[in-house]
Amino acid sequence: MRDLSGLQDFGLGWLESRGPHADVVLSTRVRLARNLQGHTFAPRLREREREQIFERVRQAAERSTGLRGGMALDLSELTPLSRQVLLERHLISRELAGGGPEGPPRGSGLIVSARENVGLMVNEEDHLRLQCLMSGLCLEEAFQLVDSVDEELGSELPLAYHQEFGYLTSCPTNVGTGLRASILIHLPGLVLTKEIGKVLQGLGQMGLTFRGLYGEGSEVVGNFFQISNQTTLGKSEEDLIDHLRKVATTVIEKELQARDVLMRDARAVMEDKIWRAYGLLRYARSVSFDEVMNLLSGVRLGVSMNLLPGLRVYTLNKIMIYSQAAHLEQAAGRGLTETESDLHRASYVRRILGTEGQVSADDDARGRRPGA
Amino acid sequence: MMLCDHCGENEAIIHLTQIVNNQMSTFHLCEACAAAKGLEPGVSVGNLPLADFLAQMGKSGTMEATIGGPCVFCGLKLEDFKKTGRLGCSHCYVTFEPHLRGLLRRLHGGTQHLGKVYLPPDPTRAQRQERLAGLRRKLDRAVSIEDFERAAKLRDLIRELEAAQ
Repeated sequence: MRDLSGLQDFGLGWLESRGPHADVVLSTRVRLARNLQGHTFAPRLREREREQIFERVRQAAERSTGLRGGMALDLSELTPLSRQVLLERHLISRELAGGGPEGPPRGSGLIVSARENVGLMVNEEDHLRLQCLMSGLCLEEAFQLVDSVDEELGSELPLAYHQEFGYLTSCPTNVGTGLRASILIHLPGLVLTKEIGKVLQGLGQMGLTFRGLYGEGSEVVGNFFQISNQTTLGKSEEDLIDHLRKVATTVIEKELQARDVLMRDARAVMEDKIWRAYGLLRYARSVSFDEVMNLLSGVRLGVSMNLLPGLRVYTLNKIMIYSQAAHLEQAAGRGLTETESDLHRASYVRRILGTEGQVSADDDARGRRPGA
Repeated sequence: MMLCDHCGENEAIIHLTQIVNNQMSTFHLCEACAAAKGLEPGVSVGNLPLADFLAQMGKSGTMEATIGGPCVFCGLKLEDFKKTGRLGCSHCYVTFEPHLRGLLRRLHGGTQHLGKVYLPPDPTRAQRQERLAGLRRKLDRAVSIEDFERAAKLRDLIRELEAAQ
């Protein structure tokens, strides 16, 4: 079995937080669902045919400029821990990782471009799930990247396409463009001011939908929301992307307004919340992942509002990924019980904040005195 | 302020578009009347998992009559699809077309793909023509929203394809 522990930052370029609004929008993802002509959809394929398809796709990817020189992995050959690490990095879906003890069937593939900005899942629910993950709000850029790789792959591999219904997919909710664009957005201001309900309700009326951190069916943790287009048929890719960008921009504005209100009406309470969150992360000896996410939410808010000088969004993004259970086990080089995991997590967070997250308390709130 | 179609007193906050037998009708309801009819604000059809949605439609009897047998290519039966919400192969879109047409309208609000037109390897003349039509449609749209950068790129693609004819 192959293990990926040598690949330290594999697929994590987006953590750099260079994109626009990266303090509020953690990441942008655009994915296209495609299927090959002349085969049943992936869930009904026999193992041998799955392998053949993966091989064909791998060869086509190798000939494309977008994916050439990247890495191709058959997930069935990886250790369960390595698969879990890829899942925690959002490079593969839960479905492709294969939840059971026997793991995914052969021919469950992942291809990642050399620059690690485009990923291709093979034989997930659809034969091809091409995706691009970027930091901040950059929907157009992410779409152009997947679109150009899609053009290249589609000119090599005959795809299932219908004149009226467009690109055909296993689930009719993806048919047409096969495009799902989503942003992972941090909305603590709207949650604290209790405006979030209205905003989320509004999204539904505008043809958008929201989910938790890990996609469909997952819970909202740490005030992170995933917002994406709901329909895929009847609009062009550009219109779907434009619409999401416009709505996202409005949501960001509302979030920033909510933060202004909080700072105007409850500055002391906010500062206390943020510094307590930082203090706990900096010194705690045992923390669960959910607790880390909730504390990171407070700290992220502080960084975004310049209340924690010296701390970077990049450091927070890194903690989000590396303090997940499989990442901790990979770093420890062994399996961890839940209790051990909480200890390792706390120690990892302390170390990172100690080396790259030192915040001077003298700088706090730019030298304001209590009651000043 | 738009008044509720049902009670005519309160402000209509829920706007429901229903398509039955290709006839579209829109209702405007206030919160109380909507709740009385079992509609909840903020819960749009798309938020329900597809399988539940299909089961709901089966119950309300709005689904079109089932047709024929299983898909000749993959053997999937309509019941299987209703259970899982997943089709078996691309031919299923032909096999279950009448059934799917209604479903796609409810899910997406229409059935006509308006996105990228696929150009397969070794395209026929007709496929090139369709692709060109698709690109021109995108060009018109880009020009209408004054996205000239996109328009320029589309023009290049159109020229390239015309030259290849």
